[in-house]
Amino acid sequence: MELEFDIVELPATDHPTAGETAPEFTRPLVTDEYWADVSLSSLLDDDPLLLVCYPMDGAFPATYIWNELRDRDFADTFQLTIAGLSISTPYEHTTFIEERGIDVPLFSDPANDVAEQYDIVNDLDGMAGVAEPRPAVFLIDTDQTVRYAWVADEWPAFPPYDELEDALATHCEMKPLGP
Amino acid sequence: MSDTDEMTPITLYRLQACPFCERVVRKLSGYDLPYTSRFVEPMHSDRNVVKRISGARTVPAIVDENTGVTMSESGNIVEYLDKTYGGAD
Repeated sequence: MELEFDIVELPATDHPTAGETAPEFTRPLVTDEYWADVSLSSLLDDDPLLLVCYPMDGAFPATYIWNELRDRDFADTFQLTIAGLSISTPYEHTTFIEERGIDVPLFSDPANDVAEQYDIVNDLDGMAGVAEPRPAVFLIDTDQTVRYAWVADEWPAFPPYDELEDALATHCEMKPLGP
Repeated sequence: MSDTDEMTPITLYRLQACPFCERVVRKLSGYDLPYTSRFVEPMHSDRNVVKRISGARTVPAIVDENTGVTMSESGNIVEYLDKTYGGAD
């Protein structure tokens, strides 16, 4: 997006980067059918995990990010698991999944503790007491090592999808071609 | 106007993560102007409150009771704030 003015820059953070261990957490993971407490590590049993941190359900970047990820359909090409994370409650996730046709599970973290752990907090101006994760993506290997990380350094910002796709191609197995 | 303590806060209708709205926020913060944020729905058709106050559903929009001004479009708003509160000509 070309704008004739500067957008908001966010301060530097100490978020996990490639080669570091992804901090462990457990939060309700919401699917189209139910939610249950799930740990990060339990999603790493078989394939790497792409963890997508995004603005609260209902914000337009949330819709844009998931539309783009749906269009790119990474899980169809690569052996990986995808999960989202926002501060929205399980009920909001359920609605979002239904309304937007999202086919990956979403972590619910209303207290924003995971963003604190990952040092990716975005304090929202004009919404006192509400903070959420900055837009961020982490590719986490089966041994819980971060292989690729992108964290927004301005606001608004969207993941660099092409760069992300390159990272997936580098670190994930290709899915076998169809029957 | 230098004494912003006496001001009625400017009302800013905004959309979360809208760069044009953030542009206005930066300007308001830059001049240390009191303001109140009202967040509206991304769906254009769900923004009747904005239409009611400004005649259009676009954000950002501001209502400045200190001057009786209501306006939309970030470029216009920034220009207005510069002229009214920034000492610009």
